[in-house]
Amino acid sequence: MDEFRIPIGDVVDVAVDWLRDNVKWLFDFISQVVGFLVDGLADALNALPAPAMIVVFALIAWLVRSWQLAIGTAVMLAIVVGINQWEQSMQTLALVLIATIVTVLISVPLGIWAARNDTVSATLKPVLDLMQTMPSLVYLIPAMVFFGAGFVPGVVATVIFSMPPGVRLTELGIRGVDSETVEAGHAFGATPSQILRGIQLPLAMPTIMAGINQVIMLALSMAVIAGMAGADGLGKEVALALGSIDIPRGVEAGLGVVFIAVFLDRVTAALGNPAGFKSSLLGMLARRRNQQRRAQAEVQTPQPAMSE
Amino acid sequence: MSDTALEARNLYKVFGRNPQQAVKRLKSGQTRTDVLDAGTAAVIDASFTVNRGEIFVIMGLSGSGKSTIIRMLNGLHDITDGEVIIGGDDIAKAQPSALRKIRRERISMVFQHFALLPHRTVAANVAYPLELRGVDTRERLAKAEEILSMVGLEGWGDKLPSELSGGMQQRVGIARALAADTEILLMDEAFSALDPLIRREMQEQLVELQAKLQKTIVFITHDLNEAMFLGDRIAVMRDGRIVQIGTPEDILTDPANDYVEQFVQDVDRARVLTAANVMEPARPVIAETAGPRTALRQMRDAYMSATYVVGRDRKLIGIVTDRDAVKLVRKGETSLATILKPVPQAVEEDEILMNLFIPSVESPLPLAVTDAEGRLAGVIPRVTLLAALGPGPGATGELTIPIQPMPATMIDEVLAEAQNAVDSASAPTGAVGTDDTGEVH
Repeated sequence: MDEFRIPIGDVVDVAVDWLRDNVKWLFDFISQVVGFLVDGLADALNALPAPAMIVVFALIAWLVRSWQLAIGTAVMLAIVVGINQWEQSMQTLALVLIATIVTVLISVPLGIWAARNDTVSATLKPVLDLMQTMPSLVYLIPAMVFFGAGFVPGVVATVIFSMPPGVRLTELGIRGVDSETVEAGHAFGATPSQILRGIQLPLAMPTIMAGINQVIMLALSMAVIAGMAGADGLGKEVALALGSIDIPRGVEAGLGVVFIAVFLDRVTAALGNPAGFKSSLLGMLARRRNQQRRAQAEVQTPQPAMSE
Repeated sequence: MSDTALEARNLYKVFGRNPQQAVKRLKSGQTRTDVLDAGTAAVIDASFTVNRGEIFVIMGLSGSGKSTIIRMLNGLHDITDGEVIIGGDDIAKAQPSALRKIRRERISMVFQHFALLPHRTVAANVAYPLELRGVDTRERLAKAEEILSMVGLEGWGDKLPSELSGGMQQRVGIARALAADTEILLMDEAFSALDPLIRREMQEQLVELQAKLQKTIVFITHDLNEAMFLGDRIAVMRDGRIVQIGTPEDILTDPANDYVEQFVQDVDRARVLTAANVMEPARPVIAETAGPRTALRQMRDAYMSATYVVGRDRKLIGIVTDRDAVKLVRKGETSLATILKPVPQAVEEDEILMNLFIPSVESPLPLAVTDAEGRLAGVIPRVTLLAALGPGPGATGELTIPIQPMPATMIDEVLAEAQNAVDSASAPTGAVGTDDTGEVH
C-alpha cells in the first residue's frame, strides 16, 4: 500500500515549474505592473502627513454615509497613529485596494457571463467552490515561486481567494432582476448591451456591491496572510509578532486591521445603497439639486400664463 | 394602408424538448395531453386578425396561453410554428436587428406589473423608448412631459416610480408605451394588478384615450367584464386554443360552446348589452298626420294610456295621452298638434343597460330608443329590461302582458252594492258604528 499514491502534488509541482520556465515573461510583466501599482499607492497614501490623511478619510466617510462614521473614522485612525501602526496600515490598505480592483475587474464580467449562460454558470460553480475552500496559505506557495517575495504574491493570492463572492453575487444580482422589467427592455427594442447597462446592472447594483463588500473583507483577511510572503504592512507585523510571541505587537497590528475593516465595510455598504443614507453629503447635495430644479420648473411654468 | 394591422396565422408555441415534433403531431390531430412527452403546448393553431384602430381582447383563464400569445406578437417568445404578420413583415422570420427595429417603431407593450425602471424618474421612464431610438435628451423629456399630461400625470415627472400608487404607475407604463408612438399597443393584463375601483377608472381612461388616439390595441385579460367593456372584438381562449372570436354581444348572446356559455354566465350584462340589443318594436306608434280617433283606437288595442308620435322619416316628436285624445274627439278636432307633449325620456341605441334604469323608471311609457338621427328605433318596457339581465338569450318576445285592472266604474259599482247590503243589515239596531260611513254626524 505504501507504493500506491496518486501524485497530484507532483503533477502540480511539475506544472508550476514548467510555467515558471516558459511563461516567465508574463509573470514578470504582472509582477512589474502590480508591484508598481501597490508601491505607488502605498507611497501616495503615506506621502501626506497622517493628520491630513485622517481628514481625507473622514470626509470620504461623511460623503457616502454619515457624519457619525466620519467622527468614528477620525477616532479609529488617530488610535492607529497613536499605536504607531500608521505606515503599515496604509501599506495594507494599498494592497487591499489594488487586490480588490483587480478582483472586481475579473469577477464582475465573469458573473455577468455566468448570468447569461447556464453552461458557464455550471462550469464556474465547482471552480469557485475550490477557490474558496482551499486553505488560503496554499495559494501563497506557487505565488512565491512565480513572483518572489513581497507585495505581488500577496496580491495574486488575495485576488484568487477573494474572487468567488464577487462572481457569485454578480450572477445572483443579475439573475434576480425582475424578468418583466428585462422584458420591457426587449419589448421597446433595446439591444442586449443596452439592457445590461440600462436595466440589469443598475438593478443588480445593490447585490453586486454586497459582493464587492465581501471581496474587500476577504482581501483584508488575506492581506494578513500575505504578510507571511513578505508583503509589507500589518500582515508582516502580525507574522513577526507570531514568530517572537510578541503579544503587544500582535494586538496593535490586529487592531489596525480591525479599524481598516470597519472603515471599508461601512463605506462600501453605503455605496451599494445610496438611498439608505440621507444624511450623507452626497444625499444632501442630491436633495438640494432636486429642490433647485423644482424651483426652476416652478419659475418657468407661470411665465406663459403671465404673457397671455 | 390596409385595414389589417396585425395578423396571426396558425400560431403554435410549444415549450419543451422537442417542439417541432409536438407541432407535427398536434397538426395531425393529437391532443395537448397526447404530445406532453414532446413538450407543453401553450398555443395551438391560433389564427386571428386585428383591424386598425380596434381594441382586440384575448381572454382566458390562467394557463390558457393568452400571455404566451401576446409575447409571440412582438417576438419576446419565439414562434414554434406559424406566422405573425405586422405591416407585411413576418415576426417569426425577422432577424434580431430587424425585430428590434419593429419593436422600436411599430409595436409597444404595457405590462401587468408595470415593469418600470425603479432607478429612473417617471419622466425618464416615459422617455425610455425615445432614448432607445436615439432622440436627444431635451426633445424626449419634452415629449415625455406632454404624454404624462395626456394620462393625467402632469407635474409627476421628477418623482421616482416607487413614490406613485399602483394606478399611477400603470399610467406611467401606458405613457411609456404611448411615447414610443407605435401603431400597435400590446397590453398584458395591464389592469389586473390594480384594485377594482382604480381598474374601472383606468378602463374608462383607456377608452377615452383610444377615442382620441385610435391605436390598434391587443389587450389580454382574464376578466370577462373587462373584456366586454373594452373589446371591440374578443377572442376566448381555452387550453391553448381560440374557441370563439366575436363582438361582446356575439359572445354573450351566441356562445360558441358550453365553455364560453359557462364563462359568460356571471358577466355583468348591464354593462355590456346596449339598448339596441334588447329593444322591441314600438307597437302603438302613430304618425303626426293621424287624427285623435286613430290614436285613441290604437291605444285601446294595445292597452296603453299614451303613445309615441313620429313625424316624417319616423323622427320621434312627442307623445299623446288617451285623456287628451278623448277630449279632442269630443270637441271634434282632427289635428293632434294641440295635445302633443314632449317625449319624457329617450335614450340612444348604443347606451348600455346600466344607464337605462333611471330613464326607464322616470318614463311613463316604455322607454323610447332612438338612433343617431333621432328616429324612433324601438322601445324598452321595464319588464324587458329586467328580463335582459337574466341568464340565457333574452327571449323577450313572449312576455305576458301584466294583468289589466278592471275598469274603475265596475269596481265602484261592486263596492257600492256591498255597502248597501251592510247598511240595510245594520239599520234596525242602529247602534255601534264599526263602519266609518256617516256615523260622525
